[in-house]
Amino acid sequence: MQTLTINGTRHDLDIEGDTPLLFVLRDTLGLTGTKYGCGIGQCGACTVILDGQATRSCQIPVESVGDAKITTIEAIGQDAVGKRVVEAWVGVQVPQCGYCQSGQVMAATALLQQNPRPTDGDIGQAMTNLCRCGTYNAIAAAVRQAAA
Amino acid sequence: MNDLTPLRLTHATSAASQEPVRNLSRRGFLGAASGALLLGVELPVDPALAQAEGAAAIAPKPGTRIAAFLEIRPDGTVKLLSPFVEGGQGINTGLAQTIGEELDLEPSRFVVECAPPGPDYAVVNGLRLTGGSFSTRSSYAVMRRLGATAREMLLRAAAARLDVKQDTLTTSDGRVVHKASNRSLGYGELAEAALALLPREDVPLKDPKDFRYIGKPMARLDMRDKSTGKATYAIDLKVEGMLHAAVQHAPHLGTEPEALTNEAVVRAMPGVHSIHRLPGAVAVVADSWWRARKAVEALKVAWTEPAADGLATVSGTFSSAAMLAALKATREPGLSAEAEGDVAGAFAKASRVVEAEYDAPYLAHAQLEPPSSIARFNGDGTLDVWLPNQMPELFQSVAAKVAGIQPDAVRIHSPMLGGFFGRHFYYGSSNPFPQAILLAKATGRPVRVLWSREEEFGMDAVRPLGFARFRAALGADGMPLAIQTVAVGEGPIGRWFSSIFKAPVDSSVVEGLDKKPYAIPNRRLDYVKVAHPVTISFWRSVGHSMNDFFYESFLDEVAQAGGKDPFALRMALLKDSPRHATLLKVVAELAGGWKRGPFQAADGTRRARGVSMASPFGSETAAIAEVSLKDGEARVHDLWIAIDPGSIVNPAIVKRQVEGAAALGLSATLLEQVVYEGGTRQARNYDTYPILDRDRMPRVHVTIVESGAPMGGIGEPGLPGVPPAVVNAVAALTGRRVRSLPLAKEKLSGV
Repeated sequence: MQTLTINGTRHDLDIEGDTPLLFVLRDTLGLTGTKYGCGIGQCGACTVILDGQATRSCQIPVESVGDAKITTIEAIGQDAVGKRVVEAWVGVQVPQCGYCQSGQVMAATALLQQNPRPTDGDIGQAMTNLCRCGTYNAIAAAVRQAAA
Repeated sequence: MNDLTPLRLTHATSAASQEPVRNLSRRGFLGAASGALLLGVELPVDPALAQAEGAAAIAPKPGTRIAAFLEIRPDGTVKLLSPFVEGGQGINTGLAQTIGEELDLEPSRFVVECAPPGPDYAVVNGLRLTGGSFSTRSSYAVMRRLGATAREMLLRAAAARLDVKQDTLTTSDGRVVHKASNRSLGYGELAEAALALLPREDVPLKDPKDFRYIGKPMARLDMRDKSTGKATYAIDLKVEGMLHAAVQHAPHLGTEPEALTNEAVVRAMPGVHSIHRLPGAVAVVADSWWRARKAVEALKVAWTEPAADGLATVSGTFSSAAMLAALKATREPGLSAEAEGDVAGAFAKASRVVEAEYDAPYLAHAQLEPPSSIARFNGDGTLDVWLPNQMPELFQSVAAKVAGIQPDAVRIHSPMLGGFFGRHFYYGSSNPFPQAILLAKATGRPVRVLWSREEEFGMDAVRPLGFARFRAALGADGMPLAIQTVAVGEGPIGRWFSSIFKAPVDSSVVEGLDKKPYAIPNRRLDYVKVAHPVTISFWRSVGHSMNDFFYESFLDEVAQAGGKDPFALRMALLKDSPRHATLLKVVAELAGGWKRGPFQAADGTRRARGVSMASPFGSETAAIAEVSLKDGEARVHDLWIAIDPGSIVNPAIVKRQVEGAAALGLSATLLEQVVYEGGTRQARNYDTYPILDRDRMPRVHVTIVESGAPMGGIGEPGLPGVPPAVVNAVAALTGRRVRSLPLAKEKLSGV
């Protein structure tokens, strides 16, 4: 039995402890806004916020989560910074196919929660998720807009 | 697909847009689908009929039956059933702008879904596909007419309802207004009566000078959903009672599972429902995908042996290097793809001859959404399939064949695509949906098959490895008198659509080498087919993705041999083509003027610029790249791209598409290659198949030139100019010509 606190709600789950958090979110809890991209922590499509840190959920076995608080894209509107990030994403018209964007928004939100005025260098260091549509410049513009 | 453009597109837009709109009684989609032109990889079709008439020969005329496209809801919103699938290119928004313009309805009030199979949607000259950068240009005229015709019917219905003359009515964003009596009716209130009317055949279209939506950078419809995790892709779908399947494919394409040595152990793993042998794969079906995946990866499988040697199949010694060597060694005469002037005569009197060979590797699509599919057999013998696809009718026909039922018993659901870039056409064993159908049949339950990223890198259909050999004859003045080109290889048109397109020269192999705008009087282009044993595919900009790199790099070699500046040479060769000369001028202005370099930039780095042009998918582009070297790698700082697609619908979407295509082109230039050794692919994830990341993303400056030429494509044309512009800049920096991509294969150093 695993107990997880996701978006402020406790879930008791009968599931193998080595299951990656990503698949618990998507397949057990139906929180499909978090995406599976690579499964090896390379692409960042599965990024969630775990105790304030942008975290690639495909690399987190549920048994290691413990009491950590998990925030997924589904709760992005409940966070003041997250809301600003979403408005910037819409304002700059960032997404193309959109598949990586949940992870990008979560990474940006975690960055701005910790560092409200990031430099371009900070943005570059924090925003390492892959985007095959090539929206990187729009992403950087949106992060700057959300920080402003 | 580019060379299909002029003939077929003209036919489609003119015929369909002038055709009277019909309002045939609404037929069930499944019933109607059986009359559709079923494009057949596996289905026999009459190519003569397909070429001459397309589905246009069959009622209903595609793109004309309003009820097939528009559902005007009581709340005044409109559901549009689109012939195209949205995969990031912005087609849903473009269609809403185009129809909304003539219908007089704000584009944001459209909800757009990809339509099920049906002859109404065959608007790409009698075919239906999302690809070839065809969507907007093929449907623009038809969709405007659809909107205008629907608006006229609403006006007519309102005139009857209000008992006034129709010409006293106007519309205003979703309402019919009678100003004199200060009355108005919402489209939603009128829809039922309006759709019962006979459509008029002569509804005038708006004067473009009155456009409110077309040509404007309107917000995309899908931005909020895609920024909040609400957008739904195939991988997110759930069907009541479905099981999850994970697969392990044969290490060598074409081999089969022989024996499973630990089946009992795997069957006892948590959640496992059943274990299956599939063509070229094994599958585990379980109650969750993670459990299925763990189990299938634990499965010990003995596979049949591949052929020991050779290139006819993916043999035990097959390698991409051996394949390239075979293309290079091919010296047999080819089929003529283009011949102009007296090439032999030009070489006879040449004062200098330049020769070079170019190649480009197999490439993966590497779209972020791994492919998946759900299949469900229903009690009435029908089958539902949910799957990412760019061609619903084709998938319907193949799904029917796999299931052993009739196509009209198959419902195809086409969710939004998490990137496609050519990935989601039908490529045989590179598609998971046949596995889903077989497993649903075997288990009697709905089954979802999801390929892990590793399986996707193993099975993705690849951009063909390509090769071209060039010779140029230069005159005493250093100008090229002749260019002779041989393209060797195989393309996706020939592989997958040969039953439709029977031309002996595969356009997808030669596009980008032919029909150049340059005034080089003597030209010869030959095509030699050498088949690949691997599964090849369309990949964003198809043949152009490599051929423009080949040609435009070689043109720089010609310039150098003739003592010319590469920009000046191009300008001189474009003297008879004002459209191209203008574009070249525009891109230079955008870049603050042309200079090749090397030069020192403000930040102290040593930089150079490369220039290129391309004529992809009915559009024209010119590109300049500014590059420096760092740690043996090319660093691209800026890309300036001018694109002339004739005319456009949404400049904001166009610019982002060009930027995205440029990013993909740069990714291929710098980093990407699918390498085979010992008959297997070496890279199985993004760690060993790196793609462009944020750190390597340059600034991209795009400008649009609307020359008024026939509308060209947008999704792909931003790509082809980037590889040669970058590599031409690298040549200026290093003094060395790179003729084989990607650049990551070698350590670059300056001179």
